[in-house]
Amino acid sequence: MPQKTVIEAIREGMDEEMARDPSVFLIGEDVGQRGGVFLASDGLYKKYGEYRVIDSPLAESCIVGVAIGAAINGMRPIAEIQFADFIAPAMNQIIEEAARFCYRTAGDFNLPMVIRAPWGGGVHGALYHSQSIEATFAHIPGLKVVAPGTPADAKGLLKAAVRDPDPVLFLEHKRTYRLVKGEVPDGDGVVPIGKADVKREGKDLSLIAYGLMLTYCLEVAEKLAADGISAEVLDLRTIKPIDQAAIVATAKKTGKVLVVHEDTRFAGIAAEVMAIIMEHAFDALDAPLMRLTGPDVPAMPFNHVLEEAFMPNVDRILAKAKELAAY
Amino acid sequence: MATKTQEVEAKGGQSRHRSLGLSDDQALRIYEVMRLARAIDERMWLINRQGRAPFVISCQGQEGAQVGTAAALRPGHDWVAPYYRDAGVILWFGMTAKDQMLSFFARREDPNSGGRQMPGHFGSRRLHIVTGGSPVATQLLHAAGVALASKQRQEDAVTAAYFGEGGASQGDCHEAMNFAGIHKLGVIFVCENNGYAISVPQSRQMAIQNLADRAAGYGFPGVVVDGNDVLACYEVAGQAVERARRGEGPTLIEAKTYRFTAHSSDDDDRRYRQAEEVAIWRQKDPIQRYAKYLRESTTLTDPVEKEITERVDQQVDEATEYAEQAPDPTPDDLMTFVYKQGTVS
Repeated sequence: MPQKTVIEAIREGMDEEMARDPSVFLIGEDVGQRGGVFLASDGLYKKYGEYRVIDSPLAESCIVGVAIGAAINGMRPIAEIQFADFIAPAMNQIIEEAARFCYRTAGDFNLPMVIRAPWGGGVHGALYHSQSIEATFAHIPGLKVVAPGTPADAKGLLKAAVRDPDPVLFLEHKRTYRLVKGEVPDGDGVVPIGKADVKREGKDLSLIAYGLMLTYCLEVAEKLAADGISAEVLDLRTIKPIDQAAIVATAKKTGKVLVVHEDTRFAGIAAEVMAIIMEHAFDALDAPLMRLTGPDVPAMPFNHVLEEAFMPNVDRILAKAKELAAY
Repeated sequence: MATKTQEVEAKGGQSRHRSLGLSDDQALRIYEVMRLARAIDERMWLINRQGRAPFVISCQGQEGAQVGTAAALRPGHDWVAPYYRDAGVILWFGMTAKDQMLSFFARREDPNSGGRQMPGHFGSRRLHIVTGGSPVATQLLHAAGVALASKQRQEDAVTAAYFGEGGASQGDCHEAMNFAGIHKLGVIFVCENNGYAISVPQSRQMAIQNLADRAAGYGFPGVVVDGNDVLACYEVAGQAVERARRGEGPTLIEAKTYRFTAHSSDDDDRRYRQAEEVAIWRQKDPIQRYAKYLRESTTLTDPVEKEITERVDQQVDEATEYAEQAPDPTPDDLMTFVYKQGTVS
């Protein structure tokens, strides 16, 4: 199987879905001629034309609101928010409108639409090009939130998101775009929304992560193995609906769980994962649940010392995992 | 202000509706839908004041702007994205008195929302009525998106987006008009300017007299029309629809009108407007005005008026009786349709 980067996988995923279904189109800032600021849509404008790859005005509420309207009228839009940090102007459209369409009409309307947003730090993006937004949106009933960490999952989940009948917030960790390479199966390779994936089997402790932190956790597991500690790595892949069964299964298997995310700590995804384990696997625990997260500061600063202080990294995850293993 | 109305009245005289291409039956149909919208609304207030239902939000006074513009569209083919006062629009597009009463009593069978939304939050995929929430002006972007899809598929459906002049203060209003202008989308933006955003008068929402002036900034025409003259509204909407169907892009129609009631059953409009002002506008009631014209043109006779009144009253009576007795949702209904395939947590 060919090795691909995350950005290549996403581009291929969009291309194949647009080729398969003429109702699929892309709208966002700079997605046309420019091919997207990360080149996620490179070549698609030429291939599909200006009404399948639409350069929107610089207005996020417009991008999402127009996508909603198109979805009402039989299309399957992919709306690109250039950086997750800029999604705030569209929050009214996402939360009050997209997420509520199905519920507020008792199922008469549904919105098959994807909102793609590059998220996360480690790219010297500072306060407004590094943010994590998953916890904010996972709190909203009616939305699905996806955060793949590998090329195969990025492509497969993007296809699932495009075909899904409901609005899906599709989070692409921008540090993984060209950092993470992997095998991507030829053909459809749809990855179902709502299914976590055990990326590495282990028996002594569980590392639960998603996005860039998955890559770090896999590296940590390798280092732990050198010390004779067998770590299981569970990749959530989908934040909402969360795969409760997979979380409970790994907790019961190892009895020790460390949840890792770069999003800020308070009411973050780790808190939800820990609550699920407390509710469903308390008896199986051999240690207190642990989490390693970004700190509760507004976002990661530009200066590299401060950025590194914000981001969980391999060394820090390793130290925390050893603390857990030794408990 | 030399309005379109005066021009048309000067041109059309007593056969104005015929000169606009409306048969007598069509002209009467417009009248009947206006009457029905008003009658449903009045009944809702009565029931609300009796303590039998918690909330009303009104169309009264704006039926001319609503039915006049909607009548220029093709229900089932074209789309509307109404706002919460647009009872006249959605009735023209196929909603019934029963549908509205089911919504008013928040019953399980309410086709708008299954009793989940407050009254006035219209929506029906089948009838091409875009569901609305409570934050204002969001529907203008939805309308632009609906029209974009029509353009992408090279269909000639037109989308009418309705809003109040208060909603025009929202950023989404600008973003929608800008986008629709750029792509020459088949959208008609209909502003029902009733002078007040709840209590805040137009002079505190915008520094201009005519919202229609803003259309120039988006590269399409803006028209001011007397919103209480239903035929004038029909005429300008017809021109906008033709323009949209030809692929020439949007039109902004500003229908100057007035709401006769408070903002809602929970508002007291005596706190911000004078009874004299309301009384002056009640003299300009679009329904009475249209009835007067129809009588002068001999389209509306006493027997016809009587038939219409009987039909309207019967629909409202039957709808009220049916809806008040209709079952509530069950507690289990709370959890359904969070997603298309049910509930996911």
